[in-house]
Amino acid sequence: MAEITLPKISPTELRPLAAGAGAPLIEITDLSLYYGASKALKNISLSLGEKVVTAFIGPSGCGKSTLLRCLNRMNDLIDNVRIEGAVTIGGHDINGANVDVIELRKRVGMVFQKSNPFPKSIYENVAYGLRLHGIKDKSTLDGVVEQSLRGAALWDEVKDRLHSSALGLSGGQQQRLCIARAIAIRPEIILMDEPASALDPIATTRIEELILELKKEFTIVIVTHNMQQAARISDYTAFFYIGELIEFDTTTRIFTNPSKRQTEDYVTGRFG
Amino acid sequence: MNSVNTIDFRTKKFRAGSFFFTGLTGLATILILAILATILTDVVYNGWGTLSWHFVSTIPKKDFFDSKTTGVLPMIIGTASRVFVMTLFVLPIGVITAIYLTEYAPNTSVITRIIRAAVNNLAGVPSIVFGLFGLGFFVNFVGKNLDVLFHHPTAVWGQPAIIWASLTLAVMTMPVVIVATEEALKAVPQGLREASLALGGTKLQTIIKIVLPQALPGILTGGILAVSRAAGEVAPILFTGVAYYMASLPQHLTDQFMDLGYHVFVLSTQSPNIQQTEPILYATVLVLLILTFALNLVAIFIRSNMRRKMRSLH
Repeated sequence: MAEITLPKISPTELRPLAAGAGAPLIEITDLSLYYGASKALKNISLSLGEKVVTAFIGPSGCGKSTLLRCLNRMNDLIDNVRIEGAVTIGGHDINGANVDVIELRKRVGMVFQKSNPFPKSIYENVAYGLRLHGIKDKSTLDGVVEQSLRGAALWDEVKDRLHSSALGLSGGQQQRLCIARAIAIRPEIILMDEPASALDPIATTRIEELILELKKEFTIVIVTHNMQQAARISDYTAFFYIGELIEFDTTTRIFTNPSKRQTEDYVTGRFG
Repeated sequence: MNSVNTIDFRTKKFRAGSFFFTGLTGLATILILAILATILTDVVYNGWGTLSWHFVSTIPKKDFFDSKTTGVLPMIIGTASRVFVMTLFVLPIGVITAIYLTEYAPNTSVITRIIRAAVNNLAGVPSIVFGLFGLGFFVNFVGKNLDVLFHHPTAVWGQPAIIWASLTLAVMTMPVVIVATEEALKAVPQGLREASLALGGTKLQTIIKIVLPQALPGILTGGILAVSRAAGEVAPILFTGVAYYMASLPQHLTDQFMDLGYHVFVLSTQSPNIQQTEPILYATVLVLLILTFALNLVAIFIRSNMRRKMRSLH
């Protein structure tokens, strides 16, 4: 997994980002988001480190998924969404007037709550992102598909049936395929929106192991409902409640010695 | 002892409402099937005797009321070609409109609502009105102006023709294709679109590579419905292209044509001898039914082929 080297996907050279593990890569400054008139995110400020796993936790409707989708601008797809404040990645405002959202999404990959493989073969699922960006060379595609599937700990299970339908895989395999598809285009950041919430405990464990492995290469932001999961896999945890960031700290502190009463009530299961 | 808990479940109760409703739905189904069966039996029984290779392969003389010499080849070709040309127009335009409405247009905007209302109202317009529209717009406006543009001394475009009949039918069947395509596009899970966009796909790439292939069977269903509707329609082609009689087969899009549906009308209203014409009438109707059925079969075959390909992949 460690020695994935891939051809450049984008013709434009990516600007080097803030160096050093844990250095802030994503800066969220005073971010508010409105659905029409209702304010779903309230003045959130947060910096997320490079090559660490940050977990967003909080009860349903607290805005954690909405915030996650601000990071690759998936909220653009929804009518009537308005954003105030700034999100910078590697020092660049991603909502700036000149930002190419396509290039942004190549650098900020996403894995969704409900696994959503394309109704294509396993191979074509992983190769899809590369094909989108104009890579046609068979041996390059073969290489990337294998590396990505190995990276998502799926290769051994599917190497003999790469060209059969992805829809024939189990739920956990489908989700790992979606992870393979996301890492195939070599993003720097992977956003995961409750990636294991629809999976059984064994498949969940595999995804969690995979996330710990992926963090060596990628910066990961994960939304989860499962507090044990956040405690197991994340380095930092942000707790949200009704659109507000209540507390952000190292995961150890959030779960052992939070400074806010609300956080303590939530992580100990007294509400939420 | 006489509490509610002692209700005996071992004896089945007769529930009148349930019984009668089941019976009612069954009767409705049987009624529909019976009507269809009666029509089909009548047509096949009375038409089969006249149907022959000679009948479907002969270009009739001006007097086509004699069952021994007449034929319906020009009508078959006319109906098939107007339906085919219509499909070439209605599918692309209808599909692109539906793509705009579902994928691009903001749902809440006034323009989107106006377009949708227009599409729905278009579906409710009587077909004779489409015929008059076709005459006024396609033949007399577009056609005549094309003739002026190309300096034709005599009318080439500015007269009833296959092209104008087909376009009129295309306008008439447009709502069917748009609605079916919209339904098919909406049925594609949003998660697939998001997955493609999140990988850095453009909206266009997402539509072409993910959404349309998924929606294709549904789109073809719309096409099938449009073909079925158009094949039997007579009113829209009355003023826009159909001919009472032509000695030869149509060669160009600007030619007039004979048509099965219209021929049925002619046979049943213009015949000097009803008894003699009746068998031809039945046989012509039978040919029209078979042709419509065959056009449908082709589309259904393409669709099931496509579905199979999608399931097995590659």
